[in-house]
Amino acid sequence: MYGKFTAVKNVTLAFEANRVHALIGPSGCGKSTFLRALNRMHELAGGGWITGRVLLDGQDIYDPKVEPIRLRKRIGMVFQRPTPFPTMSIFDNVAAGLRVDGRRSRTELVGTVEQSLRQAALWDEVKDRLKTSALALSGGQQQRLCIARTIAPAPEVILFDEPTASLDPVGTQRIEELLFELKRSFTIVIVTHNMQQAARVSDTTTFFYLGSMIERGPTSQIFTTPRDPQTEAYITGRFG
Amino acid sequence: MVGLMIAAVIVAILPLFFILLNLVVKGASSLNFAFFTRVPVPAGETGGGVANAIVGTLIIVGTASLIGLPLGMAAGVFCAEFPDNRIAWISRFLADVMNGTPSIVVGVFAWTWIVAKQKHFSALAGSAALAMLMIPMVMRTTEEMVKLVPNSLREAALALGYPRWRTSLSIVVRTALPGIVTGSLLATARIAGETAPLLFTALGSQFFSLNINRPMAALPLTVFTYATGPYEEWHRFAWASALVLIMVVFVLSIAARIATRQRFSFRD
Repeated sequence: MYGKFTAVKNVTLAFEANRVHALIGPSGCGKSTFLRALNRMHELAGGGWITGRVLLDGQDIYDPKVEPIRLRKRIGMVFQRPTPFPTMSIFDNVAAGLRVDGRRSRTELVGTVEQSLRQAALWDEVKDRLKTSALALSGGQQQRLCIARTIAPAPEVILFDEPTASLDPVGTQRIEELLFELKRSFTIVIVTHNMQQAARVSDTTTFFYLGSMIERGPTSQIFTTPRDPQTEAYITGRFG
Repeated sequence: MVGLMIAAVIVAILPLFFILLNLVVKGASSLNFAFFTRVPVPAGETGGGVANAIVGTLIIVGTASLIGLPLGMAAGVFCAEFPDNRIAWISRFLADVMNGTPSIVVGVFAWTWIVAKQKHFSALAGSAALAMLMIPMVMRTTEEMVKLVPNSLREAALALGYPRWRTSLSIVVRTALPGIVTGSLLATARIAGETAPLLFTALGSQFFSLNINRPMAALPLTVFTYATGPYEEWHRFAWASALVLIMVVFVLSIAARIATRQRFSFRD
């Protein structure tokens, strides 16, 4: 919620660990706002606030004792557009989240960076040019670099806000394949505009409409036998 | 239409071309080793140089930059990072007013508060006056450069668990750094040529001096004194000094261009 405007209301969801959870719905339905509320990023846009609770391992992340900075290390986020830090090399980009925590040994950094890049399926493409600018990479590579940067500090949950919206089909496919690998280690919540994508990658799907949660369930059920007529209308392409 | 625009461009750059041509024609012949290494000789004698003014300009402008750049940059970053803050709003407004203030007014101000209080002219008072001119310029360009950094970059850093101040410094300001450096160099070049604020602060001097608490020579002052003097030799020196001054500004501008081009720097 921003100021007096309520962007999202009445949402009750549980995200099971090591699954991919998709949030779908037409533009402006509040799915991105909801996603941002999950690691308190919405507080950065002036006047953002919520009521209710968001529990991570039983602890309310809006508890006054919880620092948003520490929280965001446990709940990482990948954005719509690739956002490599332009002044940093590929290596420094991946190491950025580790370095901000304080000094780490060089060998530890090198190891974690390599492992993160491997997990993000980028290692083979960049291993010979870790010291070059991250801006020289293609859009899809940049997005995988951002994924590597997000997983390097070992978060528990990764939030994806339409991660393939700015990529071509090949780049999109690689990210989708990556999600399958990543869910072994992380819990993933992905906002997507693309219903086929939700159907392909996710285990559960939640449909948002006009700021409300309309329906949620296992992805196969939502896409084959939706209970709510609005969900059915959306996934069959009658609006949105 | 295109022809008209080309004509306008030519009219616009013609004065610049003639200034440079004039300076080179009238000034270059006086440039020799002594000009850069010797101090002025008494009026009527020939020879000597303006080494004291070249060194003086470097000291005065250097000291002004030492005061003005950090303050201007810090204020600019503050205004960009806290755009709705009341202090930011006020200082932005004051900076805009200051940017339009004639430099001689700043000189009078420095005279009233430093020279008159100390009861003697000093290079430091000149530097303070130049720094006062510099701060609003540097502040506004820094602010504009920092504001150009896309918000998505800031969000990405915060989502990685960067505290706000680290996001500002190591991500946002660092990304904007080439632009900030350019703005700083251009501001330095601007104040290097200022004459009015130095007239009644640094005053000028015929002697070699490194003491910033005393009057000191500076190239713009040398140009002013020699150009308005009665001797032919002095006029030649005024042209040559102006040429050297233009070259200093030129070098700073080129440096600014190079700084903008270097978008990414390697580091380990």
